[in-house]
Amino acid sequence: MARFLSVTLGGLSGGFVYAAVALSLVLIWRATRVLNFAQGAMAMFTAYLAYRVIEHGASYWVALVVALVAGLVMGAVVERVLVRPVENGPPLNAVVVTLGVFIIVEGLAGMFFGGTPHRYPTHFSNVNYTFGDVSALAPFDIWVIVAVAVVAVLLGALFRYTDVGLRMRAAAFEGEVARMLGVRVGRMLTLGWALAAVIGALAAVLVSPNVPLSPTSMDAVFVFGFTGAVIGGLDSPVGALIGGVGIGLLLNYVAAYAGGDLQTLAALAVLVLVLMVKPNGLFSTTVSRRV
Amino acid sequence: MPESAGGLTLEVKDLVTAYGAIKALNGVSLTVPAGSITAVLGANGAGKSSLLRSLSGLVKPRSGSVQLDGKEIAGRAPEDVVQLGMSHVPEGRGVIAELTVDDNLRLGGLWRKDKADRTRALEEAYALFPPLDQRRKRLAMTLSGGERQMLAIGRALVARPRVLLLDEPSLGLAPRITAQIMGLVRRLCDETGLTVLLVEQNARSALSVADHGIVLNLGSVVASDKPAKLRADDNLRHAYLGF
Amino acid sequence: MSVLTLTRRGPLANTLVRHLAFAVLGGVVLFFLTSTVSAYRDFQIANVGYYVVAVAGLTVLTGLNGQISLGHGALMMVGAYTAALLLERDNPLPLVVVLLLSVAVTAAVGALVGAAAARLRGPYLAGATLAFAVGLPGLTSHYADTFGGDNGLNVLTGPPPERLGLDFPPERWQAWITLTAALITLVLLANLASSRVGRSFRAVRDDEVSAELAGIHVARTQVLAFIISAACAGLAGGLTAVVSGQVSPGAFSVALSLSILAGAVLGGLGSLTGAVYGAIALVLMPSISSSASDRFTLSTDVQHNLPLLVYGALLIVVMLAAPQGLQGGVRRLFGLLRGRAPVTSVRNESVTEVSVTDPER
Repeated sequence: MARFLSVTLGGLSGGFVYAAVALSLVLIWRATRVLNFAQGAMAMFTAYLAYRVIEHGASYWVALVVALVAGLVMGAVVERVLVRPVENGPPLNAVVVTLGVFIIVEGLAGMFFGGTPHRYPTHFSNVNYTFGDVSALAPFDIWVIVAVAVVAVLLGALFRYTDVGLRMRAAAFEGEVARMLGVRVGRMLTLGWALAAVIGALAAVLVSPNVPLSPTSMDAVFVFGFTGAVIGGLDSPVGALIGGVGIGLLLNYVAAYAGGDLQTLAALAVLVLVLMVKPNGLFSTTVSRRV
Repeated sequence: MPESAGGLTLEVKDLVTAYGAIKALNGVSLTVPAGSITAVLGANGAGKSSLLRSLSGLVKPRSGSVQLDGKEIAGRAPEDVVQLGMSHVPEGRGVIAELTVDDNLRLGGLWRKDKADRTRALEEAYALFPPLDQRRKRLAMTLSGGERQMLAIGRALVARPRVLLLDEPSLGLAPRITAQIMGLVRRLCDETGLTVLLVEQNARSALSVADHGIVLNLGSVVASDKPAKLRADDNLRHAYLGF
Repeated sequence: MSVLTLTRRGPLANTLVRHLAFAVLGGVVLFFLTSTVSAYRDFQIANVGYYVVAVAGLTVLTGLNGQISLGHGALMMVGAYTAALLLERDNPLPLVVVLLLSVAVTAAVGALVGAAAARLRGPYLAGATLAFAVGLPGLTSHYADTFGGDNGLNVLTGPPPERLGLDFPPERWQAWITLTAALITLVLLANLASSRVGRSFRAVRDDEVSAELAGIHVARTQVLAFIISAACAGLAGGLTAVVSGQVSPGAFSVALSLSILAGAVLGGLGSLTGAVYGAIALVLMPSISSSASDRFTLSTDVQHNLPLLVYGALLIVVMLAAPQGLQGGVRRLFGLLRGRAPVTSVRNESVTEVSVTDPER
């Protein structure tokens, strides 16, 4: 029982990282109906930049800001320059374009940073607290959970309570109507991608102390985030958060009781199962308007 | 009644719009004097919606001119057109179902810089449509057809437009509600000086409030006259107006 | 029905005979080619052989049937490990049998993936197959005793047959093996494409509802396409194991899956001749990259990753230049590049072909 509790708590911080990735995918999906396969790779690249900044003596926090800003710029540029032309085309075109970005970004990371994995530093302790037999949740894990939770709340507030948030929601739900009401829809979509990439960058910085940074290190994290997003229905930010944390817990059970190498296949099994039983996810609320 | 700076004259000349090889508008010309209502009538596929979509910028016209009080706006983007004073209430109402009534209404005025007046315009819209006032926090998808139409018109009014483009406001509404909406459009025009271009399939009720009527067929104007004259023309009525 | 006459033109009316004739001709040309070039070129040609098989298989799935797969690198891995494990035994089976078993095992895995895939669309299918590609290599470390973990397995392939002479270059022998497999695959796939099955693939790709109405079992068709495509990937994987002499999880990364997709897109998705060009490009890219690196004294990191940049740029450029979609648009684009106007739009062609199948059902 103590082991089970430790494993459960141990899955939380991973789950919050996957929740962040899932949230970023949902943001993009809602705005542009595109699944960004480059999301993980782009996040990886921003974490590499931050890692370099730390190597040159900057603090953890400066590096974090560098990663977030890099994500903002990268997300905006990718949407505006590469994705915009295919946004209204057949869905496969957008998929292939984001795959192109994926492979380019991984290639660039390999060129600039090499293939050797680097453990991203953190200035929080990684030593678990112990409560009786239960040992889990290092200060670093608490930081991960708090950081993602704060970002999720801020994002929710942005969407619910600000004019920009209202514009972004309108642009995502009904682009044409929004334009007729004076909303600069194109800008909102760019902003949506930029914000999503910021959240992705945060996720990469948070996960890279545990999953050492390499050009492909975010591949599996992306798959877990995607699975979380699909569980949530790809349309629902709250669903993405729940789905992400849920998949984090599940994968930690898999790692503890079956083996860490099987995590991705377990995620695949969950993914296929959810899509077969409830193709719209467990939390989707959108009016089924689009065919 | 909402405050208004009065309407603008809308003048359209030789407007041509095409989707690929298919021409939707074949050189349409019309003038809506400031503070009056012009009804655009015609069968399905006559080009009525294409006309409005070309005016508000959702579709780029191939050629021709669209002027608001002499200012050329043809080919401008829809987000610019609304800021130049012309609001378009689309067919099927175009309320955003996932947003609340309040969000939908606020959205209409978001582009305006004057925040105080934004709030005033919002309250005026609620005063104009009491059913919306009672449902501020409800999602638009829970509204009835008539309430959605009110929301769509109210949302356009929040932008303080000087020209209003209305696409089939009576679509799917009970006759009593349609009459209410038409009466409201007339009052807006009379009391605030708003210019209205009203597209309708329901020719009888549109002509009952319009100052002028235009009949479109296959993208061309086939008749343009006072409502009484149009109503009196049996051939026109049978061929295009369906009553 | 002008399309019909266009697709049935040519000197050899019988499709099978025509394809076989081309294959024999190709085989003769390749026999002389492989016999005259250097051992290194033969090695490259051997690589082209298995890439042709893999790219052609994906071309059938994506180009013909409209399903996307980011998991073909992982399917190749299934074939490669199957071959490696079979060849590891003390009395290995004949190579042909080993390769056929690679095909069979991978096809079985493909059936499993395809059964799930047939219920998924567009981005969901891409995501699920990506998860497959990312996840499968994990099995090799989980069952490290069998699969050798990160280091993988050595593949024991015998020397060329003695009757070819003792100093017969092994690279040429390998080239012969993969080229034979490639030619056989191309003939089979070409016949499939022009058969009734191929027409039902295209019908499902163009419009699932119409296909269903025309009496085509959509899900079954999609699973079948996936199995055929997976079988090709399995053969390609088995050949990879034979050519490279070892298998390891690092060789079957997501990057491999995306490279194959890039090869298929480059080849125009939908034409098997294009798949051959795509495969040649995939083999030439790394050596172009390494000679460029030598000339400009770039680091090995740059050299290894340059092809990825090219593949990625290729995927993006083709999509931006062909807004109508993967199929058709790409073909039209390349048609224009070759200075030829497209004969007819792909959509029209396939609609005609669907209507041809109707009376038979």
